[in-house]
Amino acid sequence: MSFLIKVNNKEIEARNGETILDAMERQGIQVPTLCHLKDMLPSGSCRMCVVENAKNNRLVTACSTPVEEGMEIQTHSSGVIESRKTIVELLLSNHPDDCLYCVRNKNCELQDLSEELQIRERRIKGVKNNIHLDRSGTSLVRDPDKCILCGRCVRVCEEVMGVACIDFINRGSQSIIGPPFDRTLNTSSCVNCGQCIMVCPTGALSEKSHFPELISMLNNPEKTVVVQYAPSISVSLAEEFNMPAGGDISSIMNAALRKIGFQYVFDTSFGADLTIMEEAAELVNRIENGDTLPMITSCCPGWVKFAEQFYPDMLPNLSSCKSPQQMMGAVIKSYWAEQLNKNPEDIYSVAIMPCTAKKFEAQREEMTSRGITDVDAVLTTRELGQLIRMYGIDINNISPEATDSPLGFRSSAGKIFGASGGVMEAAIRTAYNMITGEELLKFKVEELRGLDGCKEAQLKVDDLTINVAVVNGLANARKLLDKVNNGEKEYHFIEVMACPGGCINGGGQHIGAAEGAVEARMKALYDIDDKETVKTSHKNPEVIKLYKGFLGKPLEHTSHELLHTHYYKRDVIL
Amino acid sequence: MSKQNNYSDKEFLIDDVLRDYSNNSKDKDLLEQISILRHDKINEPVIYMGSGTCGLGAGAGDTLEAVKKYLDEKQVSAKIVETGCIGLCAVEPIMDIQLPDYNRISFQQVTADRVNDILDSIFQLEVPQADILGQFDTPEAKEWKGVKYLHEHSFFAPQKRIVLNNCGVVDPVDIREYIARGGYKSYIKTVNEHSPLEVCDVVEKSGLRGRGGGGFPAGRKWKFANSAKSDQKYLICNADEGDPGAFMDRAVIEGDPHKLIEGMAIGAYAIGATKAYVYIRAEYPLAIKRLEIAIEQAKDYGLIGKNIFETGVDFEIKIKKGAGAFVCGEETALIHSVEGKRGMPRPRPPFPPTRGLFDKPTVVNNVETFANVPAILQNGAEWFASTGTENSKGTKVFALSGKIALTGLIEIPMGTTIREIIFDIAGGILNNQKFKAVQIGGPSGGCLTEENLDIQIDYESLVNVGAMMGSGGLVVMDEHTCMVDVAKFFMGFIQRESCGKCIPCREGTKRLLEILESITSKPNASDPTETLDRFKGMMQVEKLSKVIQDTSLCGLGQTAPNPVLSTYKRFKNEYEAHLFDRYCPARVCQNLKVYKIDVDKCTGCTLCIKKCPVDAIIGTKKSPHFIVEDKCIGCGACYEACKFDAIEVV
Repeated sequence: MSFLIKVNNKEIEARNGETILDAMERQGIQVPTLCHLKDMLPSGSCRMCVVENAKNNRLVTACSTPVEEGMEIQTHSSGVIESRKTIVELLLSNHPDDCLYCVRNKNCELQDLSEELQIRERRIKGVKNNIHLDRSGTSLVRDPDKCILCGRCVRVCEEVMGVACIDFINRGSQSIIGPPFDRTLNTSSCVNCGQCIMVCPTGALSEKSHFPELISMLNNPEKTVVVQYAPSISVSLAEEFNMPAGGDISSIMNAALRKIGFQYVFDTSFGADLTIMEEAAELVNRIENGDTLPMITSCCPGWVKFAEQFYPDMLPNLSSCKSPQQMMGAVIKSYWAEQLNKNPEDIYSVAIMPCTAKKFEAQREEMTSRGITDVDAVLTTRELGQLIRMYGIDINNISPEATDSPLGFRSSAGKIFGASGGVMEAAIRTAYNMITGEELLKFKVEELRGLDGCKEAQLKVDDLTINVAVVNGLANARKLLDKVNNGEKEYHFIEVMACPGGCINGGGQHIGAAEGAVEARMKALYDIDDKETVKTSHKNPEVIKLYKGFLGKPLEHTSHELLHTHYYKRDVIL
Repeated sequence: MSKQNNYSDKEFLIDDVLRDYSNNSKDKDLLEQISILRHDKINEPVIYMGSGTCGLGAGAGDTLEAVKKYLDEKQVSAKIVETGCIGLCAVEPIMDIQLPDYNRISFQQVTADRVNDILDSIFQLEVPQADILGQFDTPEAKEWKGVKYLHEHSFFAPQKRIVLNNCGVVDPVDIREYIARGGYKSYIKTVNEHSPLEVCDVVEKSGLRGRGGGGFPAGRKWKFANSAKSDQKYLICNADEGDPGAFMDRAVIEGDPHKLIEGMAIGAYAIGATKAYVYIRAEYPLAIKRLEIAIEQAKDYGLIGKNIFETGVDFEIKIKKGAGAFVCGEETALIHSVEGKRGMPRPRPPFPPTRGLFDKPTVVNNVETFANVPAILQNGAEWFASTGTENSKGTKVFALSGKIALTGLIEIPMGTTIREIIFDIAGGILNNQKFKAVQIGGPSGGCLTEENLDIQIDYESLVNVGAMMGSGGLVVMDEHTCMVDVAKFFMGFIQRESCGKCIPCREGTKRLLEILESITSKPNASDPTETLDRFKGMMQVEKLSKVIQDTSLCGLGQTAPNPVLSTYKRFKNEYEAHLFDRYCPARVCQNLKVYKIDVDKCTGCTLCIKKCPVDAIIGTKKSPHFIVEDKCIGCGACYEACKFDAIEVV
């Protein structure tokens, strides 16, 4: 049912049950928000979206007040503006004045509001909280002084990720958001997914930067600095430079990375192809030998830590395969180093990832091969953007280049890893071949594509029916795993990605993406898959060469040593 | 009493009193048995000890020990009953003695050392001269000559006790006495004779409004929940009494827990809830203990459980202890807390009667609201509505504290004036000082002055003068009270108790407090911006307050600036003195006190030098001393210590 309401003396359509904010958004009428999160219940904590209800001259929050027939709303009356301004001034009165030093300088919602509301005077003064910085985590830095307690991170962590490692602590002006008992993040159940950073309006949450070490390595003549970038980077980096979402700029990125000083540039999609070879073999093995099923993917380090904390009994279900990043890193420091006659210890291996948890993964003790770390530093998409700007590279004016070889060729199956469902689809293509010796007639598995939180498919392989599921957003994983555990659901293979939509929406991606950006990134990946001819990992000529000349067969000794890992139950504050 | 007797009491009460609730027969045996259970007719002396938290705080525990020792030594057989608080907290410990065939007689300030004298004379049927509070009008008993009746006492005479009628009179943890005095009849009658909707109707017609502060019509709230469709509904009693100076709920639960249970049982029936919670702060251990016992007793009598009295009605009640957060008095925060989450409010709508506890329809009412319900259902809506003003019916319980002669708990008809309460009931200002103001409605309320004393108390009239009913705390202040200091106290409380969720309340209350702190801070000549900042801060107060009121998420924030605004409005001159003259007219603000030594009076005894905690006094023996103003923190230790009145406050 719809009816009319008046906003700023103009009638607009409103639908029964929606909020004032919903109705206004459809008409392009904007009011500022700080705590609002689309598709989530309103929390009503920031009070920025107050509008005036002309009937009683009272202020109501647009985000939480349902529309009523005959309602008359003023979005910018003098009282409303004064209130919003005061609220921002109150925040500023307890906020460090260090915008110039802030990681979110020029990309901060508080800064924007201060500018929009033309705050030009320190009218309200007072004692500022002075709370220590939490740099304990391997991936995330928490700066409670910059926190405005909008609570978005708390809600995302609990409702989307099902982790709930942070919440409000203390009362009144002493309130902060932090891990249980106000301990540090490293002792909490944080899975390092970085979704909290994505929703943080200020610089209270950010990734841990490895810049100084990286720059000194780039300038160290004794080091060979190599870089790999994840499948989704090439379709999301463009947004860091105000270009529309979904453009694939891999060859421009290759050139930019070399200009910065990376000597060799690789696409992690090659590592993804390798993962598929191992993972598909493992799946076939498990099905044929009647081993623990369902097998669950292990490419997502956020998910792996989640499982180690919350589902330790299911660790045998996790594939023993390392993630593409770690496989790539392991192969670079072994096979590739051998080919180029380099000492693995002189190689500084950098990975550019859409993810903050990858920083954590690279530092895991298990992620070494023959005593050498697989990957030395991990940068997010955002940090790559910063690096490109720091080195003064104009990406609009640069000649495209290719990746380095060997390890330079990838299939499109490796590329679609970046989207939720991609790993599964790629694995199906190769597993089918491994079981039947033939190729699928139709590579696309439509049921597994798209942004739904939980997707399922049934596949016929010869006379075997394989049940698979794909979940993204760890809260969805929780729901699915609980169903598996209580016998409600049975699968052979489950793909889990921590972030909603998969890596294309990872915690290391561009902050403040436009609406529809994630869909555009996803489409770009599948477009590549449509266009290209090598659509399966086992058809990747360089993968074939690698197995022939170095690894032998999937799951065999060298593979096992370099490309597989193990997990353990983690003691954290749950 | 033996178990056998207990059992027969129970059978009698269930079968002859409760099941036969409409029986008004004058059957002699029946009445006899009831009067025994009511303690109207006794065979041995009964000693009643006021053992609420106030009584125990005043030494009732020691008094009780002394009584036991006395009885032991003199080999006197007597029954001891620990009651709740009768309301006169100021004169606790209160001890009543009832001898067979004599009126129950009440004594005030019975400390342990006075027990022997009082008991000695009473047992000799002589009335001790001092500290008689008054005598009860016990049916068919002899009067104590020359002793005033309690109901004629100026503290009790103007009161009308519906909620508090049993408090301080009965044994709170004896269900037999409660039933014998008519309790639970109303509940059994209701479930047998009324449909749930009829109950809502009766309560709505009675005009009963929420006693927790908001004043929303209880019946209407119940109707919302009654009409909501759901497989499960909940009823919650809000006993999270958090206002400084409020102790009504505590006293009701300590003094008459069964009344609350009965009111809740009726409320649950009216809305179709089978599960109820009492959300009570853990700082009320005695109330919790008595409520737990009362719930167990009600279960034993089949008043809580499945298929109550074969009516098909189920009712279950649980106690949920809160950690003592002021904001948990707000219903959505309270609901979160019951759910096990952090107590933070959420936006309304949806209102709890539509979506509340565990997302199910839920009614949250205050202790006092529920405690009114049994009487309403027993005597009818008209009876209840006959008391009070046009829009505020019935009575209201107030907790009197501050500089008042008789602190305590009273229940007065709506429409009583504040002047009557303070001067007639509570005996005026302590030590015959001059009345200055009264804070009504807790920290979120407002302060009223002499000019407001004649308004008739009801929900609207209080709001009209910038205060509110609140839950019923009345803090009285005399002329030695600094109103800026009062505002600072309440602001500090609110600031600490804000949940921290919404920005205006979290940050705004802190800033308001800081402004008040700045105008009461020690003058600091060395900071050149201090004066300017102080003035600027004070100029922001009203604007900032308005934004906090207009934009805060819940009632706590929306009323948070009230202590500042109402004192600022009524005592502007005091604010100005603090701000401009750096002077506290009431001489309360420590930082603004300047101590000086009168050289003519000072003998140079050095006592003040020794007492000064910050070494701010210099001087040698036998020559006049001198206070270094910059060092002095204004604690007044020297002033207290000086034997020669040589130290003066200027």
